[in-house]
Amino acid sequence: MAEIPQLLVHEHDDNVGVVVVEGLTAGTDMLVCVTHDNSTFRLKSEADVPIGHKIALKDLKEGGTAIKYGEDIGKIIADIPKGAHVHTHNCKTKRW
Amino acid sequence: MASKYSNMTVRAYRRENGRVGVRNHVVILPVDDISNAACEAVANNVKGTLAIPHAYGRLQFGEDLDVHFRTMIGTGSNPNVHSVVVIGIEPGWTKRIADGIRETGKEVAEFSIEQKGDFETIRAASWAAKDFVHKATEVQREECSISELWVSTKCGESDTTTGLGSCPTVGNMYDKLLPEGITGFFGETSEITGAEHICQKRAINEEVGERWHKMWKAYQDDVIFAHQTDDLSDSQPTKGNIEGGLTTIEEKALGNLEKIGRTSQFIDILEPAEAPQSGNGLYFMDSSSAAAECVTLMAAGGAVIHTFPTGQGNVVGNPIVPVIKITANPRTVRTMSEHVDVDVSGILRREQTIDEAGDALIEMICRTANGRNTAAEALGHREFSMTKLYRSA
Repeated sequence: MAEIPQLLVHEHDDNVGVVVVEGLTAGTDMLVCVTHDNSTFRLKSEADVPIGHKIALKDLKEGGTAIKYGEDIGKIIADIPKGAHVHTHNCKTKRW
Repeated sequence: MASKYSNMTVRAYRRENGRVGVRNHVVILPVDDISNAACEAVANNVKGTLAIPHAYGRLQFGEDLDVHFRTMIGTGSNPNVHSVVVIGIEPGWTKRIADGIRETGKEVAEFSIEQKGDFETIRAASWAAKDFVHKATEVQREECSISELWVSTKCGESDTTTGLGSCPTVGNMYDKLLPEGITGFFGETSEITGAEHICQKRAINEEVGERWHKMWKAYQDDVIFAHQTDDLSDSQPTKGNIEGGLTTIEEKALGNLEKIGRTSQFIDILEPAEAPQSGNGLYFMDSSSAAAECVTLMAAGGAVIHTFPTGQGNVVGNPIVPVIKITANPRTVRTMSEHVDVDVSGILRREQTIDEAGDALIEMICRTANGRNTAAEALGHREFSMTKLYRSA
């Protein structure tokens, strides 16, 4: 892959991806790579998001479920627009 | 079926019981906290020995005492240890630990402090330690099959890059080397929460899966739910995990489980610090997710090399087992490179495949087995942390 992706997604079913570069700023036209089959698409970031943190791949509604690895990783506790930062302020465990 | 890994060999130490070690330590082992000073004095007198001070060993009872004895005996029995000087405050438990280690066939000398004092104990133990050092330094490495290695794993200061890069690298290594006959360990009971349905399915059969689930459930009920005072949001995930982008225990658990690869199955479950009894294969050890505690338990179970994926940069080591650090996080490579043995950040840039990263880890396992010091060894990280189940009497 000649161009280095800014965002990696594990599975096609996922609705969040992981920032894998340092210093990502809002408004970046990101190259997104789905590691399952190395397919790619583009997505605009809506926030400055640190490396390792997640970005919503679509609009996520409060009460919904965050999906990563094709699995349930927690509940959405505030509406999250596509391209925005997903973390503890808007997503929470269902376990404890 | 023969693979390109089948003929791999390492130069290592074959012990009396047939096991293969990759280090050749003469250990000065305290039975209890109050014998630490004598052990450290002996290690200071006799160069080339290693004291392993720790915090416990008095007035423990029941299952907690069993874990203590297993950890002490297992540490001394580890094939990375050539011989052991055991020192305790009184002769009873000292003999119990010394005799436990003697079952491996290695040389053990035991000393107790009561009715002698530190001076006399240190004098006598120093003579024994010096004799062991002479013997240990004449032992030669010999050619051993890679299949004879017992390799453990546990990740730490995880972030989202561990699930993308460093944990799948370890998983790829297990997928390649378990079929060759190595013995593997994974664990971290609390950290499977959120992926327990997936973990249970990776048991070799339903019976093992059911025993695994019972153990995991008991931990949830007896430890987590019995003692929690909040939603564990400061403990699991940890502050470091959250800084690294992990949001929930489910997300952390799914990344954690990447360490057992795509095809590997576990054949049995182990109590903390218990040695495998069911032959070659992968084992789940009931263990804490705290790095030093978990590595200590797996070393006591008999692992001779530990593979440690990290995201944000956990710096843990172990006194007797080399800990190989693997990271995919480019920021950690940039800011903490002295701690990194295998840099797999190319996975995130899509410049390196998981298969290539797995091969790079296997190469580092061989080099480490042959004698290369890991970053943790070079930096003097010797964290030895006993697992304590409940308060002492």
